[in-house]
Amino acid sequence: MEVTRSRLGPARPAEDFRIRQLRARDMLRGDIPDEELQQYVEERVLTTTLDKAVAWARGNSLFPATFGLACCAIEMMSLPGARLDIARFGFEAFRASPRQADLLILSGRVSIKMAPVVRRIYDQMLEPRWAIAMGACCSSMGVFNNYAIVPADKFMPIDVHVPGCPPRPEALMHGILRLRSKIQGDPPAGWRERYGAEGTEEVLGAADLPGTNAINVFQSGETQRA
Amino acid sequence: MPDATGLELIAQDLRASHPDAVLSTKYFRDEATIELAPAALLAAAEALHARGYSFMASCHGLDYYPDEPRLGVHYQLLDMPNVDRICLATRVSTEDPHVPSLCGIWPGANHPEREVFDMLGVVFDGHPDMRRILMPEDYEGHPQRRDFPTGGEPIIFTYNEDKLPGWTQ
Repeated sequence: MEVTRSRLGPARPAEDFRIRQLRARDMLRGDIPDEELQQYVEERVLTTTLDKAVAWARGNSLFPATFGLACCAIEMMSLPGARLDIARFGFEAFRASPRQADLLILSGRVSIKMAPVVRRIYDQMLEPRWAIAMGACCSSMGVFNNYAIVPADKFMPIDVHVPGCPPRPEALMHGILRLRSKIQGDPPAGWRERYGAEGTEEVLGAADLPGTNAINVFQSGETQRA
Repeated sequence: MPDATGLELIAQDLRASHPDAVLSTKYFRDEATIELAPAALLAAAEALHARGYSFMASCHGLDYYPDEPRLGVHYQLLDMPNVDRICLATRVSTEDPHVPSLCGIWPGANHPEREVFDMLGVVFDGHPDMRRILMPEDYEGHPQRRDFPTGGEPIIFTYNEDKLPGWTQ
């Protein structure tokens, strides 16, 4: 079998930066013929849909909430460290406030006294938001299969379950990367669709917004209406 | 530790001042235990506190199911200058689980007594704040009692996955 080697990329040889600059100046003046202009644009413009571009950006910049529950949190804490360095993927910025985070990693067991607290933290996060159940305890109660522990699926929607007791940090990293591909590949597969929770968004309706009944104090004569 | 003779001397003094207080004494593996009637626990604790047992090391509850009376409360006391330890034990039934609180003598008994109340349902009379401490406040039952169901969910293994409702159905 004969092996043919061919150069990757555009068929034309790489151009000097100076040549490209001159070509751009010609293009601005309108001196480039149509076919060449067509080729110039095709080589430099990438077309995509807005949804895909947004999903790509979202998947690559997850902000986990700083929230540890138990021993799994030790494994989670080693992720942003030097050895595993999840900053390679853009997930290293653990946010101290749930309002600034869009990923909740349940790292440990959730007792029934803690469950309302966890649920409240999840509710405080802004949409779009995702949740990872890390370890056996918050997925299936693990070794604490007793009266005190409740699995996470019972009180909040979970996107990815990472098994293990505890999972190695690499496993959690793999879980986050699976979540990334889920976000990038199929953005609408969110928890509202899976859990049948459409229409529960916490946004102000038209009646609650300041509308015609509101008084504009900057308008002369408006305050007389009150 | 008080030796067996020392334990009997302490019990004798308690019997002299409070006739019905001491139910029995036990000396087992270098541990001295005085079993007291619940009604006499507070007076006996005060007497031992005056005797030098100034530190309550721990307080725990037990369930002797199916023996009656079922519930037990143990206080481990420590005489720090003499390095002497003694255990006060008392038992109550589940129908009338009332034990006097020792918070007035040892304030450190506050949280352990709440934990015993939470887990076993022993009510400590005279406790300043008799609430649950570990379980949610609206929780029903006392989970460390032996007749309380363990709870949790059945775990699906390959040998029982066809019998348990789960992801296979």
